[in-house]
Amino acid sequence: MITIPYLTALTTYFSYGLLFAFGQFRDFFRNIFDWWHASNLEGYAPICLGLEDFYIRRLYLRIQDCFGRPIASAPDAWFDVVERYSNDNNKTLKRTDKISRCLNLGSYNYLGFAAADEYCTPRVIDSLCRFSASTCSTRVEGGTTTLHKELEECVANFVGKPAAVVFGMGYVTNSAILPVIIGRGGLIISDSLNHNSIVNGARGSGATIRVFQHNTPSHLEKVLREQIADGQPRTHRPWKKIIVVVEGIYSMEGELCKLPEIIAICKKYKAYVYLDEAHSIGAVGKTGRGVCELLGVDTADVDIMMGTFTKSFGSCGGYIAGSKELIQYLKYTCPAHLYATSISPPAAQQIISSIKVILGEDGSSRGAQKLARIRENSNFFRSELQKMGFEVLGDNDSPIMPIMLYNPAKIPAFSRECLKQNVAVVTVAFPATPLLLARARICISASHTKEDLLKALEVISQVGDMVGIKYFPAEPNKQQQDQQQQQPGKDTIKLD
Amino acid sequence: MELAALNLVNATLNWITFALDAPSARAVVFGVHIGGHLFVEVLLLVVILFLLSQKSYKPPKRPLTKKEIDELCDEWVPESLIPPITQEMLSEPPVLESAAGLHTIIDGKEVVNFASANYLGFVGHDKLLESCTSALEKYGVGSCGPRGFYGTIDVHLDCEARIAKFLGTHDSILYSYGLSTLFSAIPCFCKKGDIIVVDEGVHWGIQNGLYLSRSTIVYFKHNDMESLEKTLEKITAQNKRAKKLRRYIVVESVYQNSGQIAPLDKIIKLKEKYRFRVLLDETNSFGVLGRTGRGLTEYCGVPIEKIDIVTAAMGHALATEGGFCTGSARVIDHQRLSSSGYVFSASLPPYLASAAITAIDILEQNPDLTSKLKENIAILWKGLSDIRGLSIASNPESPIVFLVLEKSTSSVKSDLQLLEDIADRALKQESIFVVVSKRSTLDKCPLPVGIRLFVSAAHSESDLLKACESLKRVAAAMLR
Repeated sequence: MITIPYLTALTTYFSYGLLFAFGQFRDFFRNIFDWWHASNLEGYAPICLGLEDFYIRRLYLRIQDCFGRPIASAPDAWFDVVERYSNDNNKTLKRTDKISRCLNLGSYNYLGFAAADEYCTPRVIDSLCRFSASTCSTRVEGGTTTLHKELEECVANFVGKPAAVVFGMGYVTNSAILPVIIGRGGLIISDSLNHNSIVNGARGSGATIRVFQHNTPSHLEKVLREQIADGQPRTHRPWKKIIVVVEGIYSMEGELCKLPEIIAICKKYKAYVYLDEAHSIGAVGKTGRGVCELLGVDTADVDIMMGTFTKSFGSCGGYIAGSKELIQYLKYTCPAHLYATSISPPAAQQIISSIKVILGEDGSSRGAQKLARIRENSNFFRSELQKMGFEVLGDNDSPIMPIMLYNPAKIPAFSRECLKQNVAVVTVAFPATPLLLARARICISASHTKEDLLKALEVISQVGDMVGIKYFPAEPNKQQQDQQQQQPGKDTIKLD
Repeated sequence: MELAALNLVNATLNWITFALDAPSARAVVFGVHIGGHLFVEVLLLVVILFLLSQKSYKPPKRPLTKKEIDELCDEWVPESLIPPITQEMLSEPPVLESAAGLHTIIDGKEVVNFASANYLGFVGHDKLLESCTSALEKYGVGSCGPRGFYGTIDVHLDCEARIAKFLGTHDSILYSYGLSTLFSAIPCFCKKGDIIVVDEGVHWGIQNGLYLSRSTIVYFKHNDMESLEKTLEKITAQNKRAKKLRRYIVVESVYQNSGQIAPLDKIIKLKEKYRFRVLLDETNSFGVLGRTGRGLTEYCGVPIEKIDIVTAAMGHALATEGGFCTGSARVIDHQRLSSSGYVFSASLPPYLASAAITAIDILEQNPDLTSKLKENIAILWKGLSDIRGLSIASNPESPIVFLVLEKSTSSVKSDLQLLEDIADRALKQESIFVVVSKRSTLDKCPLPVGIRLFVSAAHSESDLLKACESLKRVAAAMLR
C-alpha cells in the first residue's frame, strides 16, 4: 500500500495533464502541416495505435535517455555507461565512444555473479568449448546434454524439491507453464502486482482470472470463499482447480510475499500454490534458498516453484521445480520444452557453478560471505535512505528498494542528476508501474563495498534534495516514525 | 351483450358527471376554483406518487450464510494438478555427451546428428567459440537486467545493426529467446478487433501470439494460395469495416511442422491486392534460403521492404540463441516500449549476441555455404525418395526434410509411436540421430506428425548417404 500525499497527487495529475495537452496541441499542428502525408497509407490502417503511440511519441521520447542506457562492460558493482547524444530533441539517440565509469545500482546482480568469477568463468568457458554456445535443438529432440541433466538435478536439490525442469528464458517459463497446468474451467487467483509474464501466461491459459489485493492474505481468503461458493461464471459448475500465483519478492515494490499466511489459506481451501521466485531465489534466506527459507515455509507446501537464473546467478533462463510427476508431465507436453531451443550450455554451467559457490561446494566460504554481504548491504542502505526521509518501499532483507518519485518531471531529473555524479539508477514509469506511482529503484548487490554504498547515499541524498523527493522529514525519531507507519496522515489518499 | 356494455358505460359517465357536478367540487380554495377535472388530476397525482413511493418487487435476497459457504468450501474437491502419468509421458529424450555438432556422442557411441537445426554447421565453429570466449571474459554470462534498465550492452546494439545491415532493413530488435519473439511481436501490432489471416500449419509460438493478441483469427489451408485468396476475398467482402481495421497475413517461410516453403511472391501479390500487411517468420530460412542466405525474400526475389514485419529465431542457422524482429524504424521502435518479451524480460546474454554477429560475418564471407547446403538437401532427397512406407512431405529445397507415414495407422498417437520406434531403432542400431516432431497438447496444428531431418551444409556426402541407407533399412523392417 502506497500513500501518496494530496498535493503530490494533484501536481502529478497536473503534470501529466499538461504533457497530454501539449502533446495533443503539437499533434494537431503536425496533422495540419503533414496532411498530405496522411494519405500515403494506401488503404492500410495505421500500424501503431492512438494512445499508446501518443504516449511513446509525446511523453516517453522526451525522457528516452533515462532508459536503455547502453553499457560497455559486465554489469558489476561499477560499470561503463556509454554516453549518448541527440541532435533532434531526444527523438533518436546516438552512441558515442565516450564512456563514464558509474556505480551500478540498477542491475539485478544480487550476488555479484554478473562479472567474471574466479570459480565460474573458467568452467563456463570449458563448457563452451565442450558443448558449444547452442544445441540448435529443443530439449526433447537433440537439445538435452549431460549438462542439462546435471543442471536440473542441481536446481531441484538447491530449491528443495524432488525434480526440476529448466528453460532458456524466465519470461517463457511463466508464460508457457501456466497454460499447461490449467485451462478452461480452472481459476487463477493472482496477486494484483504480479509480473507481466504471469499475466500473459494466465491469459494464454484460457482459465478465469481473479485478482486479490497485493499481498493481502485476508482479501485472498475472501476471493477464494466467494469463488468456491459461486463456481464458474454462468454455469456455476464447481471449479476444476484453483491456482494461487504469488511472487517471492515483488520486483517493483521490493516487498516480501506473506507466504506463510497465504500457504495456510491455500491449504484450507485446497488451492494450489504457484510461487515465482524470480527475484528471491539466491538473494534471500540463510543459504540463499529464497523466501521459503527466509520465512520458514516448508517447500513441500508450495506445489509449483518457479524461479529465474537471470538475477542472483548471473546467467539466463528459468526453472520449474515440483513433484516428480509434475515435472514428468511438463516435460511431456510443455511447449517451452518441446519447441524452444534448450538453454545455452555455457549459461547452464554458470548456474551450476554459481549454485556450487553459494552452497560452499567449491571449497570456499565465498558463497556464505556473499549472502551475508547482500543482507547487510541491503539493510544498511534501506535504513539510511529511510533516515534521510525518502519514501522507500519494501521489506527488510529485500535487496530491492524503490524510492517514490511520483511527478513525471522528477523521473528524468533524478536519473540524469545521479548519472552526472556517476551513480547509475533505474527509474521506472508507466507501463511498468501505474501512471501516478513513478519511482526510482535501487538494486543492491553483494559486490558493493561499504565505500560504494556511502558514495551512493551521499549522491542520492544530494539529488533527492535538489529534486525534492524527500517526502518524509529527515531522521524522525523512532516514536514519530512508528506513528507515521501506523496512521498515515489525514492529507493522504490510499492507492493499492 | 352490447346493450349491457353500453348501459354500463352510460351509467359510469352519469356517475362521473354527477360526481364532478357535486357541490363540493365547486369549492373555491384561496381564490382558485376547484373544478371537477382538477379534483381528478390531483387524485391521479396522489395515486402516481403513492405508486412511485412503493418499492418495486424484488425476490427476497438470501445470500449464502457463512456456514453454507464453509460447507461449500469443504465439499469442493479440486482436480489433481496434473492428469495421471501414463506410459507415453515417461519417454526420455537421448542425452548428448558432447556438443550437438554433426557428429555427437549418445550413450558413449558416436552418431550422425540430424536432430539439430545446425544448418550452416556453426555449432563448434572456431570463430564462434572465439568470439563467445572473449565476450564471456568481458561481459560475464548474463546481462542481469532488462534492456531498459542497464541490460543493454553495446554488443546488443551492434548485433541489431548487423542484422539490419545484412538484411537491408532499417533497424532490428533482439529478443532473448526464440520462442518469445513471436508471442511478443504479434500482440504488439494486433489488438482486439484486428484481423489476422494465418496458415493453419504455423508453430506454437505463433499460435500463442495470436491467442494473446485477442484479434479475430482466420485460418487458411496449409500453404494453399487459393484458400488464402478465398479467405482474403471473403473477409474483405463480408466485413465493410475491414478497411479500417489492421489486417495481417502471418506465414512461416519454411514451416517447422511440414518443411513446406511459403510462396512469398504470390502472397505479396495477394497482400497488395487486398491491402493486408505481412508478418513473416524466417526462423528456418534465415541463413538458408537465397543465394547469400538472406532468407525467403531473396529466394523469391521480393524486396524486403514489402514485408512489414520479419522475425526469426537465432537458435537455428546462426547457432546461437535468442531471436530478432526486423523492419522499418517505426515497427521496431514501437516494440521497444510495447513488446512484453522485450520490456519485461532480461536481455540476451551478451556472448550470444556476439556469436550472432560473428555467425553473420562468417555467412557473408562464405557464400558457398548456402549452395553446399542446397546440394546436401538434394542428396538426401534423392536418397530418401524411394523409402518404403514413408513419403517426403517437405519442399525439395527446404533444410527440414520431413518424412510422413504413407499409410496412417488409426490415430495420431499410434502414428507417433510407430515413428518413434523407427527413430529409436535408427539411433540404436544405425547410429543415425533423427527425431520425430512432437506435439504438445496445447498445439492446435492439424498437420500429420513425421520424422524430421535437419540437413546441414557441413554434413559430408558419406554421412548423408549412410543416413539414407540406414533409414531405408529401418523403414523396410518396421513398415511392411
